[in-house]
Amino acid sequence: MTPPHVTVVGAGPAGLAAAETALIAGAEVTLLDSAEQPGGQYHRMMPDAYAAARPERLQHGWRAFDRRRRWVLEHPRCTWWPDTTVWALERPAPHEPGPPRVHVLRGPADGADRRRLGLDSDAVVLAVGAHDRVLPFPGWELPGVFTGGAAQALAKGERVVVGDRVVVAGTGPFLLPVAASLLEAGSRVLAVLEANATPTVARGWSQRLWELAAQAGKAGELVEYAAALVRHRVPCRTGRAVIEARGDGRVEEVVTARLRGDWSVVPGSERTIAVDAVCVTHGFSPQLELPVAAGCALRGSSAGEFVDVDDDQRTSCPGVYACGEITGIAGAPAARAEGALAGWLAGGGDPAAPALRHLRRNRDQGRAFAERLARAHPVGAAWPGWLRPETVVCRCEETDYASLCRAVAHAATAAARVVKLETRAGLGPCQARMCGPTVAELSARLRGEPLDRPVEGLPVAGPHHRPIAQPIRLGELADCPSLDPE
Amino acid sequence: MSPRRVRAETDAVGRRERPLLITVDGEAVGGIDGQTIAGVMLAAGRLGWRRGVSGAARGVFCGIGVCFDCLVTVNADRDVRACRRRARDGDVVTLQSRWPGIPGTARESGSEDR
Repeated sequence: MTPPHVTVVGAGPAGLAAAETALIAGAEVTLLDSAEQPGGQYHRMMPDAYAAARPERLQHGWRAFDRRRRWVLEHPRCTWWPDTTVWALERPAPHEPGPPRVHVLRGPADGADRRRLGLDSDAVVLAVGAHDRVLPFPGWELPGVFTGGAAQALAKGERVVVGDRVVVAGTGPFLLPVAASLLEAGSRVLAVLEANATPTVARGWSQRLWELAAQAGKAGELVEYAAALVRHRVPCRTGRAVIEARGDGRVEEVVTARLRGDWSVVPGSERTIAVDAVCVTHGFSPQLELPVAAGCALRGSSAGEFVDVDDDQRTSCPGVYACGEITGIAGAPAARAEGALAGWLAGGGDPAAPALRHLRRNRDQGRAFAERLARAHPVGAAWPGWLRPETVVCRCEETDYASLCRAVAHAATAAARVVKLETRAGLGPCQARMCGPTVAELSARLRGEPLDRPVEGLPVAGPHHRPIAQPIRLGELADCPSLDPE
Repeated sequence: MSPRRVRAETDAVGRRERPLLITVDGEAVGGIDGQTIAGVMLAAGRLGWRRGVSGAARGVFCGIGVCFDCLVTVNADRDVRACRRRARDGDVVTLQSRWPGIPGTARESGSEDR
């Protein structure tokens, strides 16, 4: 019998674990990632050209990761495709079984001469991860305002620090590693500001302590970061946020303010801090365009929409598994457990294998941890209070808050689709990845109703519906794809 | 101060630096092998390099290829995400703008042309 062929999309903690167990189960694996190196954002590696002697200095859990990546990439049944962008998933015809065809482009990012290929397999494991969510605030479009993820990627991935006087702000435990990586690279971190008040954070973290004990690895990692902040005497404040960035052509100062529990600004609490960079993250958005293109059902939660999976990491779409941050923001240990489960089962491994019990337990503990995170670090409902009429809401099209309010107020243009066409918010090159959740939330709130009143005769414009998931040049599109190149 | 690269001599990770040279709108900008175009430009003290619809400057925001703020033209390829493209020695980078007010700059397509 020929072994099943599994395509794993994304080589972060989840995807790499999936590739590993699929290989152990006996499958042929094609592992692909848009980056040159495996690791994803969590284990972002320096380029080979740096020839770093001690890469473990920048990585939590480097040894285990390094062992796994070598084993997987050197395995004779593994085909590793770096620099590979999935630009579309093509669902099979209704009467045909199997997962979608994976359409990829191989070559330098956004290059013109990438090779176009179509990949058919017996199972597809989606492990595409998440990106920072940043709520708009006045001046957030100034150069020098970065997401926390950007600061970390630059520091870990190419040893570039974004500035020398930096404020890190937003909500969630991710602020800690961002600040720690800036400190490690020699920046001065002026403050770490957690927008949620101490009672909210403490309530979320202290409920059901036994769950936290089960995530000892993750908790220990956070303690290490916190220790680095203490060592460098970085002031960490809760209930405080960056509500404005100012500067002439680049960020020069930020305005911080005390927030109430619902994130409304306490008048008179504003302070100005001179900075040369600010890093902001208000949570994470899962990258849902590929799961949606495959036809996977989503589930709603207090933290937003995620891919709905069963106890075996199966999605609603036959032959398609999902793991990692697209099923819930739960961190690397949970992503690894989900990936290992998905890979084993996608690769034809025995569903009764005793090890699965342990993996499922890890996964479930990870999910409990995710719920805890969501409870401890919610986005407060009153955040739009810091918006001004001229505040940019959609970065690509520079749609301001006033235009959005005007379009929504007009009965004729109130539907999501029409608001989009009227204001251009969400129509730019990022395809609403940055502003989508924000525009949806603000519009619903301005209308005073739940979102997405469909226009008669038109389907609801799903926020994750991006049939062309990544830019492809017309020349590349015109090229006939090769199929099953192996 | 501006963004900068950690000095190789004191970098705890113990790495080497092989210099490379690119041009940005005709100006020579030095970087090191392995950096992205965005990394090279940031470490050279450039923070904003693209102009948005209003003419306001933009540079790196998300750093991982999601926001498309950092688009540049690399050699003959327009709309390249600088944060995702590795710099190669001799790359010719041209800055892009969506501001109609600058004559002669490489105009960037709006989404309707995509």
